[in-house]
Amino acid sequence: MTDANAAIDERVKETSRLRKALIRPELGAIVGMIAVFVFFFAFAADSGMFNPQGVLNWSTVSAQFMIIAVGACMLMIAGEFDLSVGSMIGFAGMSIALMSVTLHWPVWIAILVTFMLCVSIGALIGYTVVRTGLPSFIVSLAFLFILRGFTIFFPQVIERRTIIGGISDVAEGDWLAPVFGGKVGGWIFDWLAEIGMIATFSRGTREGQPIVDGIPMLIVWALLLVAVAHVVLTRTTFGNWVFASGGDAQAARYVGVPVSRVKILMFMFTAFCATVFATCQVMEFGSAGADRGLLKEFEAIIAVVIGGALLTGGYGSVIGAALGALIFGVVQQGLFFAGVESSLFRVFLGVILLFAVILNTYIRRIITGEN
Amino acid sequence: MNSYDHNPIVEMKDIEKHFGPVIALAGVSFDIRPGECHCLLGDNGAGKSTFIKTMSGVHKPTRGEIVFEGSQMNFASPRDAMEAGIATVYQDLAMIPLMSVTRNFWMGREPVRKVGPLKFMDFAKANEVTMAEMAKMGINLRSPDQAVGTLSGGERQTVAIARAVYFGAKVLILDEPTSALGVRQTANVLATIDKVRKTGIGVVFITHNVRHAAAVGDRFTVLNRGKTLGTAQRGQITPEELQDMMAGGQEMVALEGSLGGTV
Repeated sequence: MTDANAAIDERVKETSRLRKALIRPELGAIVGMIAVFVFFFAFAADSGMFNPQGVLNWSTVSAQFMIIAVGACMLMIAGEFDLSVGSMIGFAGMSIALMSVTLHWPVWIAILVTFMLCVSIGALIGYTVVRTGLPSFIVSLAFLFILRGFTIFFPQVIERRTIIGGISDVAEGDWLAPVFGGKVGGWIFDWLAEIGMIATFSRGTREGQPIVDGIPMLIVWALLLVAVAHVVLTRTTFGNWVFASGGDAQAARYVGVPVSRVKILMFMFTAFCATVFATCQVMEFGSAGADRGLLKEFEAIIAVVIGGALLTGGYGSVIGAALGALIFGVVQQGLFFAGVESSLFRVFLGVILLFAVILNTYIRRIITGEN
Repeated sequence: MNSYDHNPIVEMKDIEKHFGPVIALAGVSFDIRPGECHCLLGDNGAGKSTFIKTMSGVHKPTRGEIVFEGSQMNFASPRDAMEAGIATVYQDLAMIPLMSVTRNFWMGREPVRKVGPLKFMDFAKANEVTMAEMAKMGINLRSPDQAVGTLSGGERQTVAIARAVYFGAKVLILDEPTSALGVRQTANVLATIDKVRKTGIGVVFITHNVRHAAAVGDRFTVLNRGKTLGTAQRGQITPEELQDMMAGGQEMVALEGSLGGTV
């Protein structure tokens, strides 16, 4: 028997280390990212895209995509979709605004209650999917409309308008608001300005201060979520259950994986990510609008798919999804820097999506032996 | 090891299973002893699948009793049966092809390494044990990270068998493990069955291929239309007789004649 297998082994070519290192789920996204950066270095290098302000600009936009892509990625690997992410963003933002501005609750209570509310809705979506056995595509589509409807209904009825401002004023001095709307690392930039690495304002009220005065908490949240999700997915027992639930729910159940619980938890995590996104946005803009987050669910799914995840579940990478989000952000802002008509953004995106998915499919076949 | 010195691990007595008006099993008796390979033969629709699903806790019998290690048993779920030591390897539901061999092997029973309050999967141990257990079964993996999808059908069955054995199965039920395999892979799986049997595990080998059964079987039970046609020991019955019993006798004799005895 050992001989028989030795004979089979003979036919397996030795794979080089380079090839081994290259053949990974994130390869498509890595190649895409390199292509995008090379492109913009060539066409927009002198536009200010790569000076500190420019980098901060596209990093912030990428971080927004990253936050929702992380949730969508984990959920997709667990074999489900959530199309209500965009509506959830609008809903969460409006919830914070109504509680803090209209009801005069302290901002930190508004934020915490909103998180509880949204994560519970995520659990409800998950529970509905698991209990009815309906495709999550349909269930979350229903919630897309339900949540968006409420997001428009409540401010209309209570305040007779669909945009609620004044959050910056009520958030003044709040302890939790800066966790989402603040900036960190200001001293690094002060120091960098001092040694002349970055420019300072030469006039106005902020004269002498560095033009970049800190990293928005949005970026910190994005990196934190990516790191935690990546470690959970690849290194923990729970991560193995996520893969198993999406790979073959029945086979996973046979060996005792709590598939329903895993899926519901992933719906809750997706809702959590959407709420983080919404809270950061509300704190940054100082207002909540009923149309916020429109189409975000598709942008998240595109980033995840560029990142190498399989639409049907059981396969994917959080790092890939984060790179997909980075590509997204760089292209969107880069076209603006390069002075290209912004409507071409969608053309660009479509082309990248197609190429990344073709490459990803090819890589996945090598790794998993699919036909 | 002579298996008749031992008491049966599992004894199924006069099992009946009705699905509404359909009688899938009409009084089937079957037992499995440590260290033997008991083949359950039957044509498609004979009730093999229903019978093993009853044995592994998926179905509850309508009538009859299941005795496990001397005491009457009533499995509520496949998980219960598995905990007790009855492991079933299903033909296509055994493995998740997108996941690595290690991840599949440990799925649902991952080794944990605690770092503070966090539970990490102990990949060093998991990989090491997986490689060692697969090597025992005669399969040298390129890497424990390789996806199960890159393995051949026979190797996938072997991973599932090795997993069941490692986690302490006393009875291993194999649902048509050779039906979709080529000649060499079939030989590998049969050799694996032989290895498992020698460790003292009772193997229930479900097949409709008499030659595969004859190659490893110690005892043979034939199911036909929901009934057993008796259990025979190795040497008491010829493969031709088994074939006839499975097919229900006369027509098969006529058919075989016209096909020159090749079926």
